[in-house]
Amino acid sequence: MELAFNEETFRDDFTFRNSPHAIRRFPFPFHEDRYMYAVNIEPHVPGPKGSVYEFPIDVDEHYVSEMRDRALVLREDPLRCQALPHMMTAQWDLLELLMTAMARDYPEHFALTRDGDRWHWINRPLGLDQRFVFGDALTLPCEPMEYVTRQSQGDFALLDHRDGNLWMDAGMITTQADWSLDFDIGMNFFEWHGPVPLAHEMGVFERALKYLLELRVGSPVRRLNWTMTVNPRLDTSPERYPSWGPDRLSLTPDNIGRKLHLRVELQSFWRLPRSNAIVFPIRCYLISLEDLVTVPKWGRRLPRVLRSLPQQLVDYKGLTRYRDMALEWLARYDDGAATSPGGAPD
Amino acid sequence: MSIRPRSSPVRVAEIVPVTPFVKRFRLAATDASPLPRYSGGAHIVVEMRDGGVVRRNPYSLTSSPLHDGDYEISVQRAEVSRGGSVFMHDRVRVGDTLAVSAPVNLFMLDWRARKHVLVAGGIGITPFLAQMAQLSAEGRPFELHYCIRSPERGAYREALERCFPGHVRFYCASKGERLDVTQLVASQPLGTHLYVCGPTPLIDATLEAARAAGWPGHNLHAEHFAAPPSGTPFDVYLQRAGLRVYVGEHESLLEAIEAAGVEVPYLCRGGACGQCETAVLGCDGRLQHHDHWLTTADRAAGRKIMPCVSRFDGRELVLDL
Ligand code: FES
Repeated sequence: MELAFNEETFRDDFTFRNSPHAIRRFPFPFHEDRYMYAVNIEPHVPGPKGSVYEFPIDVDEHYVSEMRDRALVLREDPLRCQALPHMMTAQWDLLELLMTAMARDYPEHFALTRDGDRWHWINRPLGLDQRFVFGDALTLPCEPMEYVTRQSQGDFALLDHRDGNLWMDAGMITTQADWSLDFDIGMNFFEWHGPVPLAHEMGVFERALKYLLELRVGSPVRRLNWTMTVNPRLDTSPERYPSWGPDRLSLTPDNIGRKLHLRVELQSFWRLPRSNAIVFPIRCYLISLEDLVTVPKWGRRLPRVLRSLPQQLVDYKGLTRYRDMALEWLARYDDGAATSPGGAPD
Repeated sequence: MSIRPRSSPVRVAEIVPVTPFVKRFRLAATDASPLPRYSGGAHIVVEMRDGGVVRRNPYSLTSSPLHDGDYEISVQRAEVSRGGSVFMHDRVRVGDTLAVSAPVNLFMLDWRARKHVLVAGGIGITPFLAQMAQLSAEGRPFELHYCIRSPERGAYREALERCFPGHVRFYCASKGERLDVTQLVASQPLGTHLYVCGPTPLIDATLEAARAAGWPGHNLHAEHFAAPPSGTPFDVYLQRAGLRVYVGEHESLLEAIEAAGVEVPYLCRGGACGQCETAVLGCDGRLQHHDHWLTTADRAAGRKIMPCVSRFDGRELVLDL
């Protein structure tokens, strides 16, 4: 499939759109008609051709516009990108991982030539051509993590592994669902999970941490997380709450199909080779209810799942105000027919 | 939800005698896909097929983490060998195929350190070889203190002097030279991290001196080179599998369980990482703990065992496997 980049916005006039191809490849997170809590971590192995899992680092039609939105966020708030000084080795590891993957899997858009430490990177969609010395941050216009993540979709948290724990010691966080790098930087795995109300029992987190500490180079893992967002807004950070918080008041039965979006995060975890750090990319996919119901199976399943959500989770995900309105709108797409197992369209 | 250690085949590309007791093995990928990269201090588990027996030994990677390509490990022929190191020394030839796990690092450098002080005893030098390549390339302050029994046992001595001049000091016991750990830990700047790898007495003495001098625990790092000890054979009953397994004199409890077809998670196979911790359901006899993982309270309670290194002496042992 030839990749063409959309001209669109994630703020103000919200011209974000999914093409029919983008709709079909949307990572619909519900595998059955009921909501089930599951940690659901699986190996991040290549998936079907055309799916968001086809390549380890997915580049899609929103690439250019998402990168433009990131630049806008950073211009207003440079603290969305931070790295503690000891994370420099991890920064280079991340740059290598992303550049290598993008150049290998999207050769028509990206090229990387390596001659020992002398690297040459070409990013055609963004019109960049950069020669630099790998390991020498002064040969790049900014630090390596910032440089490469201004050119990669999704947020990135870099976790240092020490003392049997993971520490959020660097990150590029501009499209987050309601958490703050500036608040979490320097925290360990348990501290930054502090405010989660469900699955809060220590045991769950201890097991998850133990699992992540075992990660090996070359064997990343992934999981899906989801929430809902009013308007296709990438930047729903606590810092910007005043600008997006009131959006939910704007929903009406007439506009909810267009304005309410299912927001799915493809979270993956990778061991980085030379720093032994872990990178945690959080890639966000948005789809409006209107677009979602063009896949009949999803139109049937989403209302069934939303209806089965425990109230605590409805509140935690911030859906309290509009769940019923969404259910009413979705009802006409659920004819009661059976659905096939798994999340993919029939 | 455990990540199974994947093993991949490697070809023995080169075998070089380093000292009369140590050989270096260069291991190359068998196909075009490159071997996964790693950080200084990482180890791999090498799987050897010795007739019907599968042996798995952990070895630190000694090649530079900065370069892509082959893995290098250095193997000391154990004086009392359970077979692994003797097999590597006497039976493995250039061109043979072995299987190795993906690298794991249980002896990481702390990147926040203002200075890194490395203390090696004997073959405990191996993890530091890769770490020093990384430290020196990144221009981070470090020094190595390397204790050897006699001149012919000082593996890599010349190479270290050549590559890291001014960063290394040697202490040769047969010449009466001794590392004074008390003095070493007393003279370090704030923010220094201390790493020690070698025989248990050296590790204990170094850590004890540092603690006595008021070093914070988080600045101290040790890697024990504990090979599973041999011992009297015994039987173990695996409750969930419903299997009775015989553990021979020269195999570890973990190896015997694996040979019976039951999988136990592991990383270090040396009693250090905690991964193989197994619940003891019944014990009529004495657990022989050889690990560095269980606490004194754990040992007193007698409900856990680390099968990679520990053994049993008595009538009946039942494990939750
Ligand atoms: S495998 Fe590491 S303690 Fe047993």
